[in-house]
Amino acid sequence: MAKKLKVRTKREDGYTVVKTLITHPMETGLRKGSDGKLVPAHFIKEVVFKAGGKVVFRAHWGTGIAKNPYLSFRFKGGDAGDDLEIAWVDNTGESDTTTVKIK
Amino acid sequence: MNIKRRQIIRGGLAAAAAALLPQPLLAAVWPQKAFESKKVADTISSLTGGAAVSEDGRIAIKAPEIAENGAVVPVGVSADMDKVETIAILVDNNPLPLTSSYELQGASSPEVSTRIKMLKTSDVIALVKADGKYYSASKNVKVTIGGCGG
Repeated sequence: MAKKLKVRTKREDGYTVVKTLITHPMETGLRKGSDGKLVPAHFIKEVVFKAGGKVVFRAHWGTGIAKNPYLSFRFKGGDAGDDLEIAWVDNTGESDTTTVKIK
Repeated sequence: MNIKRRQIIRGGLAAAAAALLPQPLLAAVWPQKAFESKKVADTISSLTGGAAVSEDGRIAIKAPEIAENGAVVPVGVSADMDKVETIAILVDNNPLPLTSSYELQGASSPEVSTRIKMLKTSDVIALVKADGKYYSASKNVKVTIGGCGG
């Protein structure tokens, strides 16, 4: 169960661009496995981004997000060396979190 | 006995981690009803609470004209508006139309990019809430191989 949460940041024109890649199956619950049985739904429901302790962006996801989800957005501010905290939780209660320094 | 002890320890750690984590995650409620709606009209009214939605050219949807693989369709939505609060991305012909909804906090730019699944050719709809009002835009994306289910 290798969990992966990759985050890249880049500052441009007073904004911080954040790109995130999460390793996750994002099962819809509608797909049949090789045994012909439905694979249970398993998907990330929420991803939260915090900069300097304040929430800057929040994503609510359903099953319509592709496997190994990608997400990018940008926010005003953010200085080099600031902490950016990313946390996700899925429908089974699994979660992961990481903190990166804004570059 | 050892195994049992490990399980207990692991369980305890997981519980501790869970107790630490969800604080920021539980602050906003995942819109369950909207995510479970099977018809796009129901999804939209669930998100807006029945408020009027007007089509607006200031919303731009970046998506391919033709997506060869419906399992991974890159989509970007940006809104050239002030005070954008939320952006939702819906796919009309998906079994569950709402793919995702984004809450922008004051400092974030009114734009988001992600990758969605599409069962078949469909309109991709962006629903934007700005300054308390709802706006939408749509773009047709042709899908050659569907990406939901087997």
